[in-house]
Amino acid sequence: MFKRNTAKMVVALLVTSALLPACSDDKHSNQAQRDENNPFPSTYQRIESAAIVISNVTILDGIGNKIENAEILLEDGKISEFGSSVSVPRNAIEIDGTGKWVTPGIIDTHSHLGVYASPSTRSHSDGNEMTGPVTAEVWAEHSIWPQDPGFQRALAGGVTSMQILPGSANLFGGRSVTVKNLPSRTMQDMKFPEAPYGIKMACGENPKRVYGSKGGPMTRMANVAGYRKAWIEAQEYQKKWNDYDSAVEEGKGGDKPSRNLRLETLAGVLDGEILVHMHCYRADEMAVMMDVMKEFNYKIGSFHHAIEAYKIADKLAENKVCSAMWADWWGFKMEAYDGIRENIPMVHKAGACAIVHSDSSLGIQRLNQEAAKAWSDGLRAGLEISKEEAWLWLSANPAKSLGIFDYTGSIEEGKNADVVLWSADPFSTYSQAEKVFIDGAMVFDRTNPSSWPVSDFELGQIAQGDAK
Amino acid sequence: MNVLKPAVKKLSLVNKYVAILFPIVALSLSTYANAEKLAITGAQIHTMSSKGVIEQGTLLIDDGKIKQVLEGVSVPAGYTEIDAKGKVVTPGFIGALTNLGLVEVSMSAGANDARVNAHEISSVGSAYDTQYAINTDSTLIEITRLEGFTSAATGLGRTGQLFDGQGAIITLSKAFNSVVKPQAFMHVDLSSGGANKSGGSRAALWVAVNQSLREAEFAKTSDLSPNKEWHGMISRADALALGNVINGKIPLLVSANRANDILQVLSLKTDFPSLKLVLVSASDGWRVAKQIAAANVPVILDPENNLPSQFDRLGATLENAARLHAANVKISIGINTHNARLAPQHAGNAVANGLPHTAAIEALTINPATIYGVQDTLGSLEVGKQADVVIWSGDPLEVTQSALQVFIAGKAMPMESRQTKLRDRYLHRDPKLPVTYSK
Repeated sequence: MFKRNTAKMVVALLVTSALLPACSDDKHSNQAQRDENNPFPSTYQRIESAAIVISNVTILDGIGNKIENAEILLEDGKISEFGSSVSVPRNAIEIDGTGKWVTPGIIDTHSHLGVYASPSTRSHSDGNEMTGPVTAEVWAEHSIWPQDPGFQRALAGGVTSMQILPGSANLFGGRSVTVKNLPSRTMQDMKFPEAPYGIKMACGENPKRVYGSKGGPMTRMANVAGYRKAWIEAQEYQKKWNDYDSAVEEGKGGDKPSRNLRLETLAGVLDGEILVHMHCYRADEMAVMMDVMKEFNYKIGSFHHAIEAYKIADKLAENKVCSAMWADWWGFKMEAYDGIRENIPMVHKAGACAIVHSDSSLGIQRLNQEAAKAWSDGLRAGLEISKEEAWLWLSANPAKSLGIFDYTGSIEEGKNADVVLWSADPFSTYSQAEKVFIDGAMVFDRTNPSSWPVSDFELGQIAQGDAK
Repeated sequence: MNVLKPAVKKLSLVNKYVAILFPIVALSLSTYANAEKLAITGAQIHTMSSKGVIEQGTLLIDDGKIKQVLEGVSVPAGYTEIDAKGKVVTPGFIGALTNLGLVEVSMSAGANDARVNAHEISSVGSAYDTQYAINTDSTLIEITRLEGFTSAATGLGRTGQLFDGQGAIITLSKAFNSVVKPQAFMHVDLSSGGANKSGGSRAALWVAVNQSLREAEFAKTSDLSPNKEWHGMISRADALALGNVINGKIPLLVSANRANDILQVLSLKTDFPSLKLVLVSASDGWRVAKQIAAANVPVILDPENNLPSQFDRLGATLENAARLHAANVKISIGINTHNARLAPQHAGNAVANGLPHTAAIEALTINPATIYGVQDTLGSLEVGKQADVVIWSGDPLEVTQSALQVFIAGKAMPMESRQTKLRDRYLHRDPKLPVTYSK
């Protein structure tokens, strides 16, 4: 079954190899991932780059600190130094950032890029397996089209990593995957090597609407019955495999249970290896789901959309469940009717984990502005939060909810050099991501149009290479 | 923070939270809620007229109208002063193309007057008329107003037919009769979306459009009485509505994106010279910006649409607004219903992508007023116009700034909505009581 030990080993290996030079790093990780439990291993390779020094900038480190007149050194894919002055290696690329800001790269925990790609033709509709309410066996990564031009647009908005999820039609929509925003020929080329898998679940209206006349669920109560039934099956499956594993350990042998893709994923959640990302709008439904979570002893990593999180922010804090939210979307359906502009700062101020997410190929391009709106709406409501603290919503909290905070999501020495140089204070409408770095390489430079990445889809079409 | 305060006397605040929680917004309605004569002083005033931007001026409002727009600070006798030093004043923003008053909750929530299922009164959709459907109790009105909007064009989102009916201009005052101008525009989708609902091809769509307009032309000189025969493709009611389109009384808003489509839209004027055309969306409009400008056709757009979401918008770019403006095309921004605040945000993003700031403010005020023919009363701060005025904390295109006070026809609007009430309830909930007892 899900070999938790192997999974842990993969992580351990990668952490150690992080200290080695890049080429052997890749060799190690690929080897470790060619594993029966990892049938689609990442083939991501960082782009080699000379060391980069950015100076005279305001740094938001993404974990609550702001450093003025600062410098930062990106070297060998990592953030190697930052502060009032850093060493400048020979042959380093030096960038004067006077008047500009540096932040960790934005991480969007809710994207459908690649699974609902542009152009949004029917043939690109690969995000919702609407053939049954429980499809835990499907994996979003098998739908991702790396040629979606949306990836390049998101990059120009300072997004360095994202989670790509199945849609929300199903109670269990399938596995999500975390990718680096550096698409190439294959999905595996962009897969975040160290990221654990997630699973998409959904509350409320969508499963009801989709299955109401297709055998159910047609009510919220049947939604909850559906989750519980699935967890009971997963528990049985987990036990079957645990019994088999112990028997093997004791030298007794026995028949190996047959694999079931659906239950394997659900058991992975019960084992704590797969993180739950649950689409849920209403406060009362989130409270029910936190009880289901306790009943079956699993962990909900985050509620997505969480329009009413502000109503139960205390409970979210107590249960340590993150909320991934929009700044101001509301009203498009009944369960989104009670949306308010201060949702994000109210959740944050209650001591719960707040995340700004997009769920949109347009919204993902300006998540910094979404955070800025929420931040200023909070201030006007008396919720004093500094900008340096608010940036938690864009990088660190998303990274934590995706299980990749050891690698990215903040400006700290030794972390992946996933950073953005903003033309001005990123809390301004007029600020733009001027340069974007992933693993220490400059992957977007607004000032150099000939360097802009172009997807296969846009190659040879009108306006190829135009400012987008 | 600079506090906006009435200069005349100190006032009790509308509600206690305002004082505690909104030092920035500590405006009190009670002084001037009923004042006939107001002097807004010291603000940077964007007049949207030949006076341009006055860095520090005074706006005099009397009897619901703009009385004077002056340089410097001066408060004539009888006026209640509102000290707006350090603030920004603009005309109330105009929702360029919305469904306001027609929809509360978009999906699965009862009747949605922004959508029409085909009805026998109309065969091509032009007859439908939103003036009868405006619900001034909609919570969206206050929510939109809080964002600095005072009026809006509102029309049907979908009819499933060729035309999307006739829209109206409404004020956001919440007065029972909020229709400022009925039958203010008609909309037709001639992009790939329109083709999809008309035989799946432009080859059918365009013939249907031409035929509809020709029949309307013919109907002008026909007797459409019920006792007379009419065998047209369009219904009698459609013919009446389209008659006002071809004679230029009602502007025809046309959604189109592909450059070919846009040029073909412009060529409609060859056969129907009185048509008043307005392009909507026009994502590839920048490629034929000169032609659009030469035809004197304005464009209502979403400047943030920069993805090739269909094969007819492969040229979509964040620079569309700036490029159209540079070619002398009048643009208007704000195709938003639940989230009006996105319009100034995206207008600001258009500025970051090359649009002059003034042009962005025009796109939210005087340009939509001109498109809909209400520029004599709305859209700028000029003597004699209706006093739809907003005092902003700063640059209205900055996402971190906000509308501090909105006036419609000189009357200060309450700066509250169902959303602010939900917020306040949960910010100040008494944990010892069920939440329903927190007001």
